[in-house]
Amino acid sequence: MCMQRLMEFREVIPGRDGRAVEALCWVGQRLFSAGLNGEITEYDLENLKPQYVIEAYGGPIWTISCNNQGTHLAVGCEDGTVKLFEILKEKIQFQRNLDRQKSRIISLSWHPSGARIAAGMMDMIRIFDTETGRATHRLLVERGVGASKSREVVVWSIAFLSNNTIVSGDSAGKVQIWDGLMGTLVRTHLVTKWDVLALAVSQDESSLIAGTSEGTIVQFQFLSSTMDRQDRDHEWVRTRTFKNHSHDVKALALTDTAVVSGGMDTQLVVHPLLDKVEKNTQEAAQRKIAFPHRSLVGCAKKAGLLLFQFPDHLELWRLGESDGNGKPGDSLTVKRKPEKLLQLKRKGEDHICCSALSPCGGWLVYSTVSSVRLYKLQHNNNISVNKVSKLPKELRSVHQLCFSADSSKLFASSSQSSVVVVALNQLECKYLQTLRHKSDSRQPIHLLSPSDDGKWLAAANTDCQIHVYNLHKMKLHCSVPVYSSCPTAVAIHPTTNNLISVHADQQIFEFSLQQKEYTEWSRKLQKQGLHGLWLKRDTPVTSVGFNPKNPTHIILNDTFMFCIIDQSLPLPESSTILYNQMTLRSLPAPERTRQSHAFKICKNFQHVLSMSLLDDLSLVVVERPLLDVMAQLPPPVRQKKFAT
Amino acid sequence: MAALYEGYTLCGLVPDQNLSSSGIQGIEEERDSDHVVVTDSTRSVTLYKVSDQKLLGSWTVKQGQTLTCSAVFNSQTKEYVVVSDNKVIRIWKEEDILLDKAFKATVSSDIWMVHCVRGGEPVVLFKRGAVRLLDSLLAAPQQPIEEVLNQEETIRWSNIIVAETQQFVIFTTEQKGDHFLYLQRLNPNTLQRYRLEREEPGVSSLSFSASYRDKHIHLLYLYPNGHVYQSVVSVQGLAVEEGAQALPLPRSLLLGLPVGDGLLEAASAMVLDEAHVAVVGVPHPSAGAGKDFLCIWNTNFQTLQAGKEMAGKIYGQLWSFSNKLFIPHGKTLSIIPFECPKSSLASALGKLRQAKTEESKAPASVPSWNNILHGEKAQPSRTVETRKTRTTRKTQSTPSVTIDQVLDLIKTAPVEEVQKEVEGFLSRADLQDLQPSVGQLASTLMSRSLNDPAFYSPSTLAQLVHTQCLCHSVCPDLVLLALEKKDYFLCQLCLQFFPDIPEAVTCACLKAFISVPDVDAEKARLEPDSISFMETLISRDRGQVGVQNGFSPTSCEEDCSDNVSGHQTRTEAKEKTSAPPEQICPVGLHKAVLLNEILQTAYSDTFLLPHLKDLSSQHVVLFLQYLQFLYLKYSQDDSLQMHGCRSPSLAQVMDWVCLLLDAHFTVLVMTPEAKGLLLNLHSFVRSQVRLVSELGKIESSLQELKKIKVKNDVGQYSIEVIELF
Repeated sequence: MCMQRLMEFREVIPGRDGRAVEALCWVGQRLFSAGLNGEITEYDLENLKPQYVIEAYGGPIWTISCNNQGTHLAVGCEDGTVKLFEILKEKIQFQRNLDRQKSRIISLSWHPSGARIAAGMMDMIRIFDTETGRATHRLLVERGVGASKSREVVVWSIAFLSNNTIVSGDSAGKVQIWDGLMGTLVRTHLVTKWDVLALAVSQDESSLIAGTSEGTIVQFQFLSSTMDRQDRDHEWVRTRTFKNHSHDVKALALTDTAVVSGGMDTQLVVHPLLDKVEKNTQEAAQRKIAFPHRSLVGCAKKAGLLLFQFPDHLELWRLGESDGNGKPGDSLTVKRKPEKLLQLKRKGEDHICCSALSPCGGWLVYSTVSSVRLYKLQHNNNISVNKVSKLPKELRSVHQLCFSADSSKLFASSSQSSVVVVALNQLECKYLQTLRHKSDSRQPIHLLSPSDDGKWLAAANTDCQIHVYNLHKMKLHCSVPVYSSCPTAVAIHPTTNNLISVHADQQIFEFSLQQKEYTEWSRKLQKQGLHGLWLKRDTPVTSVGFNPKNPTHIILNDTFMFCIIDQSLPLPESSTILYNQMTLRSLPAPERTRQSHAFKICKNFQHVLSMSLLDDLSLVVVERPLLDVMAQLPPPVRQKKFAT
Repeated sequence: MAALYEGYTLCGLVPDQNLSSSGIQGIEEERDSDHVVVTDSTRSVTLYKVSDQKLLGSWTVKQGQTLTCSAVFNSQTKEYVVVSDNKVIRIWKEEDILLDKAFKATVSSDIWMVHCVRGGEPVVLFKRGAVRLLDSLLAAPQQPIEEVLNQEETIRWSNIIVAETQQFVIFTTEQKGDHFLYLQRLNPNTLQRYRLEREEPGVSSLSFSASYRDKHIHLLYLYPNGHVYQSVVSVQGLAVEEGAQALPLPRSLLLGLPVGDGLLEAASAMVLDEAHVAVVGVPHPSAGAGKDFLCIWNTNFQTLQAGKEMAGKIYGQLWSFSNKLFIPHGKTLSIIPFECPKSSLASALGKLRQAKTEESKAPASVPSWNNILHGEKAQPSRTVETRKTRTTRKTQSTPSVTIDQVLDLIKTAPVEEVQKEVEGFLSRADLQDLQPSVGQLASTLMSRSLNDPAFYSPSTLAQLVHTQCLCHSVCPDLVLLALEKKDYFLCQLCLQFFPDIPEAVTCACLKAFISVPDVDAEKARLEPDSISFMETLISRDRGQVGVQNGFSPTSCEEDCSDNVSGHQTRTEAKEKTSAPPEQICPVGLHKAVLLNEILQTAYSDTFLLPHLKDLSSQHVVLFLQYLQFLYLKYSQDDSLQMHGCRSPSLAQVMDWVCLLLDAHFTVLVMTPEAKGLLLNLHSFVRSQVRLVSELGKIESSLQELKKIKVKNDVGQYSIEVIELF
């Protein structure tokens, strides 16, 4: 279950130019970050934006760490000071500087008691007494051999354990174990030729992991060298090596059952520790999370336009065309090439957090944490863009934007789980209503889905709630019973008005808005259970669509497949083959109908960023090949392999 | 390998104004190969001593008269014969000073050419194709001469050839683009007419060259497109029918010479021996389009053997007398000594520089004072010196013997001395220069050993083989001699270093090795590397038994026991647990080493199979047992194969098993002692078949994987049709 929670993607706090985050720190439910701009930021997690920013006055900040008691934050600065901040209810307050050192503080770790802090610096480690602020020990870290002898060694990461052991990882590729009381070196493990960038220790301090710039993760365990005697001669033994990244491993976490690592290669990898999990369960599968599970692509279904959202600009493309005939499996000749119509640079320093394109292609809207901008697009021979100048003041800080099917309304999820409805016409944009639900959840709404007939609007928030509003009456119609897993895609059926929701644990529900209850099909699905292979997929469904020609068809997609669920067909039994398209293709037609089941899955596409069904019944799939992403990364440390 | 040596000039030329012809009409051999008679195209005949580059005599006809054929020397009468103004035959001796005072006879028809072979009577060929012996013609000079050729037929080229006792005048004619070959036999006279196949229209051959060997006349002709054809005419079946009927003469393309751009204009090809052709006026294949090259081609292997650039214009004329090529170019007539030793494939491919055989001693081209004063023997000739003894000259201070001296020594000296001298010789020269002489040494040693049964020098031969400059085709008797002398070490070396041992010899070695008693074999001194490999193989105990290559020895045993009846199984199984028979090497250590050497030689199974059938069934069984032993060892531990650098591979072992079974299957089936062996081998095969069938099962899925991989890249944007069922 723990793994399952880990897998759920929650929200993105958009960044801002010049505010690179160097270090993060959780204090209970509060999140702090520090960066090389010298500022400490606390975030408003409800509205997904910085709550306040404090200048630390110590130059660039390299590290931030809070004590176990949650009372103090320590930051390590370029000028050689460790600054302590007291954590208050609404803010943090500077308390004192520890003894100033001659070189920058790269890493910090509190002793669990909170009485001492270890600081990693250039060529050395310092231990401070937090009461007096005095540096009590100086541990010299050896430089690398050979050419790197002249280069000072950087202690990139440090961990202070409760038995006063200090573990350090440095740029000479060493993981060193120190005695924090005596200030002596206990053991050196040479892990790599390059840098050890990150360390993480398990809760019970029996295991630690080190991430290197080769992309490997090395595990150490606190084991007894002899079997019989207890505790006396336990030592840190290098046990396992994982290689899940192609580039630097920058961040690590060690849970009870898994190693979670994030690297320069843009991937977050959950690697289960197989001795801690049951084999052949969902937890035992390694997972890579490459993409944010949210839509970065907008689609104008009627106009055939695509909107791509980048942190600093938007691109508008017109889809290409073909003559539209061909046998299954054919690649048609592209009669008209896709065309880039517009590149819109955002204003201000804040990154774009969401954007939307109206189905008619006439409106474009995007939002940063501070402002919303709406544009009217006119397609003549060439495209003209006009910013709508006066927006209602309610549209200020939004998390999600969405147009109604007839492009006459704009929905924006706003603070405290509310939805702002704005009417659009040729001339102006008028605030209509703010929709609120009755529960006390203040979590932001991350999914908005209006029905095609314009009567309903479904809104899902990260508290796993789904609320349905009646847009004619402008009030809450009903709330779907809360399911334990967060919805990742919701949509309302155009003819039956049933709400389909797909959740992070891959469950699918169909909820009738008329009856305000789960439909017969949904009950049948829950009773029979989804196919094992369906549940094993590790990327969430990111879109739900419907076939206007055939109301029994539901179209879903995740990163590696799309699927058409035919509600008229029998559900797959656990013994039937889920991915059966290949078999069906080889069968004669009558046999085929007997063998087919509700889940028609196509795995032709990889790394799918978005999928949408246009009004002309063609399906648009946007792939973002990981190789392209990799190609833009700086080259990893090059290792000589045999015969290369 | 054929070689062209440094040339020298015989005389200057007076080519005509537009350089279209060289000014030389013909060159004929005089009393010996060192004297030639050069006839120029106008009025004079000159006698030269070639090695001295010296003019010995010159005769000129009067102003206004011209010589119309080249002068020949009648060695019977020591007279020169020439024709002036087509009809006047002139005969003179060396003492005669003025040609005008010499004997003259005018004949009734135009003469094309006078030919004369050494020791034979001159023959006159008339332009209309008739042939007369000079004597009979001079008896009645005005006798009527018949017309053999048709009206518009003209002679292009003629020559005389001696085939055993018969003389043949051979000439080619042209009539309206058709070419004919006439073969006129003298005493009794017969005439045969052949029609030459047409090359491309409008293209007529540039040169002809005829030679006689093996009772056939070989005619070689070169076309401007670089094609060199050969036609072969049998001498024996000749003269059955006489008449105008021209037989078609089959031809074969001998060489396709590179011509560069355009056609050849002045070029000539000449047969040197059965395998070599000298070509002049054809571009060198690796030297661009210039056509002023003299090249020697090997026709058997189509390889260029030697080439030389000739300064000045090439006239397409070429003569050859006793290892010297006479070639007019620019304003000189040059003499290029050459040699064409018998070639082996290895030397033709440049693998091995072929040793000269004794008779083709490098020609003494330029006299040196030493030669003249102290006789030929004392010093090597200059050409040899330039090419070969340059390195020995560096160490001239030590009293060194030349190759020729060593060769002479080998012919007579006792074993010890030969050994010493050869060793000394080998240690002096570096390998590059050594290559030709090693072959010479080996073949001389061989001939001595063959002729003189008491003479055998194993260490010298081993040393020569060790140089790796030898191959089987250079000294074909070496391996068999070694076998005869029971010199197994030399055999091993030969098998190891000779790339071209014929299957028959391999098989003879196998037979000898397998029948040699183990006691004898152990006495032999063999290569330590190969012995140590076998030692590790034999000594390795049956400790680790793993499944390798789909075959596990244990399962093999089970399979075996399946095949025999229950009672036997138990006893056999007991025996096996104590000492499995197939785990013991069936032959002695040294014998195994020798057999390994056989396994590693190259062979072609079609050639090997007939010879393998000669083995007796006992030997086959023994050899199969040994192969089985090797197979089992290998299948237990494949690191063995990497252990030594020279050890038979598993594939080689398997191939030999198959070959032996192919050759002897019926015999083996009848032989009772082979039964267990065959059953074992059967189980090998079964396990292999099982493995292959398992692999076959997954083949289709692997194929699918392959197909998936080649899914074509759709690029940045594509519109596809997808059907879901």
